[in-house]
Amino acid sequence: MTDLVELTVAEALDGLNKKEFTSVELTQAHLDEMAKARELNAYVIETPELALERAKASDERRQRGEKLGKMEGIPVGMKDLYCTKGVRTTACSHILDNFVPPYESTVSLNLQNNGSVMLGKTNMDEFAMGTANLTSYFGAVRNPHKDKNNPDKFLIPGGSSGGSAAAVSAGLCMCATGSDTGGSIRTPASFCGIVGMKPTYGRCSRYGMIAFASSLDQAGTMTRTVHDTAIMLESMAGYDPKDSTVVNIPVPNYEKALTGDIRGLKIGIPREYNPDKGLNSDVRHVWEKTAEKLKAAGAEIVEISLPSTKYALPTYYLIAPAEASSNLARYDGVKYGLRVDGKSLDEMYTNTRTAGFGKEVKRRIMIGTCILLEGYYETCYLKAQKVRRLLCQEFAEAYKKVDVILAPAAPETAFGKDDDSTKDPLKMQLYDIFTVPSSLAGLPALSVPAGFSDINGLPIGLQVIGNTFNEETVLRVAGVIESVSGMPYRPLRIGGK
Amino acid sequence: MAIDKEMVKRLGILSRLRIPDENMDEMVNELTKIIGWVDQLNDVNTDNIIPMNSVVEDMNLPERVDQVTDGNIRDDVIKNAPDQMDGYFLVPKVVE
Repeated sequence: MTDLVELTVAEALDGLNKKEFTSVELTQAHLDEMAKARELNAYVIETPELALERAKASDERRQRGEKLGKMEGIPVGMKDLYCTKGVRTTACSHILDNFVPPYESTVSLNLQNNGSVMLGKTNMDEFAMGTANLTSYFGAVRNPHKDKNNPDKFLIPGGSSGGSAAAVSAGLCMCATGSDTGGSIRTPASFCGIVGMKPTYGRCSRYGMIAFASSLDQAGTMTRTVHDTAIMLESMAGYDPKDSTVVNIPVPNYEKALTGDIRGLKIGIPREYNPDKGLNSDVRHVWEKTAEKLKAAGAEIVEISLPSTKYALPTYYLIAPAEASSNLARYDGVKYGLRVDGKSLDEMYTNTRTAGFGKEVKRRIMIGTCILLEGYYETCYLKAQKVRRLLCQEFAEAYKKVDVILAPAAPETAFGKDDDSTKDPLKMQLYDIFTVPSSLAGLPALSVPAGFSDINGLPIGLQVIGNTFNEETVLRVAGVIESVSGMPYRPLRIGGK
Repeated sequence: MAIDKEMVKRLGILSRLRIPDENMDEMVNELTKIIGWVDQLNDVNTDNIIPMNSVVEDMNLPERVDQVTDGNIRDDVIKNAPDQMDGYFLVPKVVE
């Protein structure tokens, strides 16, 4: 039965409906696969009893002929950023040691109400701050893919949703939740050869998601196929009175958007995403090849310009830490999580926060606090918010001419855990260069595997960026890229079959 | 306003983070680099541009009826507290 872990969500739903296997069998197969692949460190907590209990309940619902959810019986991985009632949730930070939420996040609740079965909580960068999953309190995650020139090299999966990406890629779940503030779904999706989608800001509820930068944080999906993305997104999105930034509009049937027909669609290629330096030749090659194939499939390729693109990174690295420094003020050793005692209340706060936060998180809190100081507030923070509006206006202009934008997801393929670049935070930030502009504009953006590197054999993802609340066109184009690329979508079974 | 050790100390106090003396120079360096790097935004003309707080700003904020939707969950709320007594969060003595 172990081959059950190779199925896509769509195939598994079909098999469950035809009674070829049960959700308990499907869930057990994934739990077995997780046990064989612990070296990846993809999960920080496994919940086998809860999973089998929910799988059994799902099988009983099916048996009794009750109304079934859109993901009835499907085993999923849950990023440790989502509060899950009764299951430890830490955002992979020491400061949330042993925090067991008394409530469930809306996204995980929606998935549960649609019949899905949570297998455990996946590893991530501490508070989602990172691009390589190297800041997790629970240690690094290993990318299941291998560099063909150096197969023993420990490759990072990308971040911050690195555990989810590695788990989906290796068949340790059928799909997983991610969250994306500046690229945290799309970068790991590209590095691990899977599909990762950040929907429009306001499409999914942030209730119960541990906050990083609230004007940017968005829930999203990590799957092995575009079809599975459509199924999963529909299962987790939607209006929620508990989050005032969720927009109250109906969630479309995303599966219907996958027509495979892109004839007449205009696909924009932004020239600013093709710098002389800072984009590897293998990525550029896949990007150009894919544009040609889309043209052959009937789309029109249009060169566009987004002149403020180069200002997106500094804008992001002002706005995100500013919001983070405010959001993370709540961790004070009083209400939950770690406490390190002190002689006074203030000393207890300081001792707790100094011991509880990791280096990168402290760095961003300090930056955020600095730019919110009188003197920097006007010149840094407000300035960044103004440039953010300019970036949005440029995208809005672009979408008068094109239906979607095609761009790289990351400037290169997965890199090594001990590479020099991982030691320099400013260099690490450059990996976000193609993902932060659409984050700042709140646009739906998806990374889909489009080819392998001709240098190291690693997967390369391309981004399809759509207009606000137009996830459907993004999915349609991504579906065509998936079929013309011929990229494999079966998991990389690192523990053997 | 230059970034120096005094500034980093002040930020540490505001953030309730202790910056050990041996990390002081590194932090001064780091903040100086970041502030220098974001300085490029000054090249952008943003005259008459209103700062953007949220991308969903043109949507109406929904209102709900002002009523209790949950409640009686004190024990749940307090369950995760590192120190508690009789349904209260306990902290070090504040008033002498």
